[in-house]
Amino acid sequence: MTNGILVLIVMALAAAAHVLARRRSLAVVAGDIKKLHSLPAHHGQTGFLFTAVPALLLMALWLVVQPFVIDARVGGMIADSDVPAGSTHELVMADVRRISDGLDTVVALGGSGEEEALASMRADSSAVRARLAKAGVALGDNVGDAAFTAAAAHRALVHSGRNAMTAAVLALAVAGLGFGLSRVRPDFRARIASERFVTGLLIASSLIAILTTLGIVASLLFETLHFFRLYPASDFFFSTVWNPQFRGGSDLGIWPLLWGTIYVSLIALVVAVPVGLMSAIYLSEYASARMRAWVKPAIEILAGIPTIVYGLFALITVGPILRDYFAQPFGLGSSSSSVMTAGIVMGIMVIPFVSSLSDDIINAVPQSLRDGSLALGATPSETVRQVVFPAALPGIVGAILLAASRAIGETMIVVMGAGAAAKLSLNPFEAMTTVTVKIVSQLTGDTEFASPETLVAFALGLTLFVMTLALNILALYIVRKYREQYE
Amino acid sequence: MTDATVSLPRPVPQGGSLFTLDGRVKRRNAAEARFRAYGMTAIVLALMALVWLLYSIFAAGLPAFQQTFVTMPVMLDPAVLDKNGNRDPADLAKVTTVGYSKVLAASFVAAAEAAGVDTGDLKPKDIAGLLSEESAATLRTQVLADPALIGQTIEFTALAGGRIDGYYKGRVTMASAKVDSNVKPEQLVLADALKAKGMLVQSFNAGFLTMPDASDKRPEAAGLGVAIVGSFYMMIVVLVLSLPIGVAASIYLEEFAPKNRLTDIIEVNIANLAAVPSIVFGILGLAVFINFGGLPQSAPIVGGLVLTLITLPRIIIPTRAALNAVPPSIRDAALGVGASKLQSVFHQVLPLAMPGILTGTIIGLAQALGETAPLLLIGMVAFVRDFPGALPGGLFDPAAALPVQIYNWTQRGDPGFVERASGAIIVLLGFLLIMNAVAIFLRRKFERRW
Repeated sequence: MTNGILVLIVMALAAAAHVLARRRSLAVVAGDIKKLHSLPAHHGQTGFLFTAVPALLLMALWLVVQPFVIDARVGGMIADSDVPAGSTHELVMADVRRISDGLDTVVALGGSGEEEALASMRADSSAVRARLAKAGVALGDNVGDAAFTAAAAHRALVHSGRNAMTAAVLALAVAGLGFGLSRVRPDFRARIASERFVTGLLIASSLIAILTTLGIVASLLFETLHFFRLYPASDFFFSTVWNPQFRGGSDLGIWPLLWGTIYVSLIALVVAVPVGLMSAIYLSEYASARMRAWVKPAIEILAGIPTIVYGLFALITVGPILRDYFAQPFGLGSSSSSVMTAGIVMGIMVIPFVSSLSDDIINAVPQSLRDGSLALGATPSETVRQVVFPAALPGIVGAILLAASRAIGETMIVVMGAGAAAKLSLNPFEAMTTVTVKIVSQLTGDTEFASPETLVAFALGLTLFVMTLALNILALYIVRKYREQYE
Repeated sequence: MTDATVSLPRPVPQGGSLFTLDGRVKRRNAAEARFRAYGMTAIVLALMALVWLLYSIFAAGLPAFQQTFVTMPVMLDPAVLDKNGNRDPADLAKVTTVGYSKVLAASFVAAAEAAGVDTGDLKPKDIAGLLSEESAATLRTQVLADPALIGQTIEFTALAGGRIDGYYKGRVTMASAKVDSNVKPEQLVLADALKAKGMLVQSFNAGFLTMPDASDKRPEAAGLGVAIVGSFYMMIVVLVLSLPIGVAASIYLEEFAPKNRLTDIIEVNIANLAAVPSIVFGILGLAVFINFGGLPQSAPIVGGLVLTLITLPRIIIPTRAALNAVPPSIRDAALGVGASKLQSVFHQVLPLAMPGILTGTIIGLAQALGETAPLLLIGMVAFVRDFPGALPGGLFDPAAALPVQIYNWTQRGDPGFVERASGAIIVLLGFLLIMNAVAIFLRRKFERRW
């Protein structure tokens, strides 16, 4: 019986419990609904919950624990002498699990007669090998007889485990149903019981946010510590050379990457801050309502465009233009991917972040300040520069910090526009690389987290996480502090 | 006694009349005009950047929706395709695409001669080189599906090769063909002659939306089919998980949560999660879902889970705003007639907040659809040609995703893929436009002002 069907059966039982509990609640009071503490529907709901929740929880727990238990028991069957040279106990166990799944496929393909055939074939591994190959499980030559025996035991354990789980889950569901029905009495506070459960679900949902953060921090920290055991932390933080070698002996200094990140973000801000700020000022102080209604959403489209689109824009349009008309004529470089390319495109992307937030903040400056200034004879631009802007300054700084955090964490634009060479250089027309680019290039397609060259991505990720978090917290703090001033 | 009036000299007007502008006022007015001009310039620059971006993508990508095809009668020669003559599917499957490309080449040369096209001194191999290598595979699939076709002459529409297609899109010219080892100028001349005879036509490229990815040498055959299915599967996972969880979390925080330490921590957390770079979520997915949880790489389920975590705060924030916008009088009225707190929320507040919640959800989904970086880390860059299976099992099959497919194509050598990548962006932007339009429609149609 597959897990899906088991869940369906449990749900069907629970639905039955709902109907039965509802009927029973009406029956106990002989149809006089006023004598019930809770409505029949609430009795139905508690019946449903008593049946489904414990059974499904047990099932989830079982599915998580069972593989560990079985692995522990089967693992003992493989002696160290059975592990071929150049392999490890874990690799053999992975084979065992694979063969075990394969045997299932063989039986499923061959029908019921296959079951006995397998039992007799256990010793003769070559026949099994052929059958497994037919089922789509290719085996290496170094898989010994011990592995086959272990796999057969593994399969037997998985099967008996699954049967036991089915029995236990169904028994618990039926018991829950009985228990739920037995509690249907006029004074049973069914509504409170079911509402308490729903409230629990609501709390659990909101805790997922905390779990995510914990997951991020834990996975980054755990692998970063692992990395620092293989590679000295002082070299990572203080070395100015980034030169990963796949044979070991790499230099993994973070500074060239940090410099690239900061340089690109700086150019992005140089593009985005004047444009974003001035358009926010114009829109909030000068523009007619009609113009505002059109221009503001149009600028915000820029924020809704996926970053991969900006990446391609950098790659096929901005990069070649900068190379052909600026870098090459002035002899500054010959690469179309450069800090300038990525910075300009990222600046375009960040414009709406600066302009929207600044717009909100400028609008939050009380009108009385403007009126006072205008009444004294200041021109609108003097009012903006000498009254509104200073009043809004903390908020605007917050907006710029948020934009900077956005730029630092941005990945696709720099992957496609900035290049891959880790360099400490001042020339903006040279290709440089950033923290995010290197996270992608060190981790893509790799899941064996054993070498420092892969693990360094986690240390880079942690650095990135800490940097953006610090900028965000600072920005939110400044914005919040400022908002209080005029409220 | 009269107060001694100190007769002060009357202040002499400094600059004359108010009606004539002195130098200082002129300067100030000029500064005012300059300032306005700066503002206008900034807006124009921002809008021009948007137009430039869209223009460059559309200019590069629209040709991807046009494709060059060659139509011709193909004689499915039994001597090549079914040597044993028994139409046994097992025997037929042994004939590889090499056999089919022979059949195709022979028919093509014959068709060109029959149409009276002067093939010049091109060898048959070069003539067949006008066709995409993919067309042999297409023909093979068609024949294996229907072995009765063998021996017949069928009308077959073959993809033209990438360079020939590029020639009609301006990517390949006579000059570039001279230095290109993949195409000869004579082949282009032949293509023009075939076009004049109507054998070679350009038409709408439906395959771009339905076909799977193709190998590095065959940009003409590369399509978005697998990527669209993969992205669709991921969006389903995101919707199924993030809408209920997001709404439940918002309800708790907005309606039930006591003001205490834990609530504060949750709120700060959600605000911060919304600003964590998406690539960090990719690292989380790789470490937790794939390495620790043992889920398969490149599978839509992992992508969906990672995108759910990214989307959750983006759904919670607008959902809370929507719940908050429902006036307290509604809750009070419900409580007043004896509803429990939970009943008032689920029966009264939630339905009223639903339009706002749905709008926020759709916009969150649209953002998730364009997310690329986290998917790179969980292995969605793999080259996948097979469509994932039906739901729900297909969630665990390898698949591509739209934005990652775009990135993948930009990393390939053949210039034809730039056109494909830009075309794919147009498709992606099309989906985003539809989703945002639905969100705006929902908001306009159902929004209530209290």
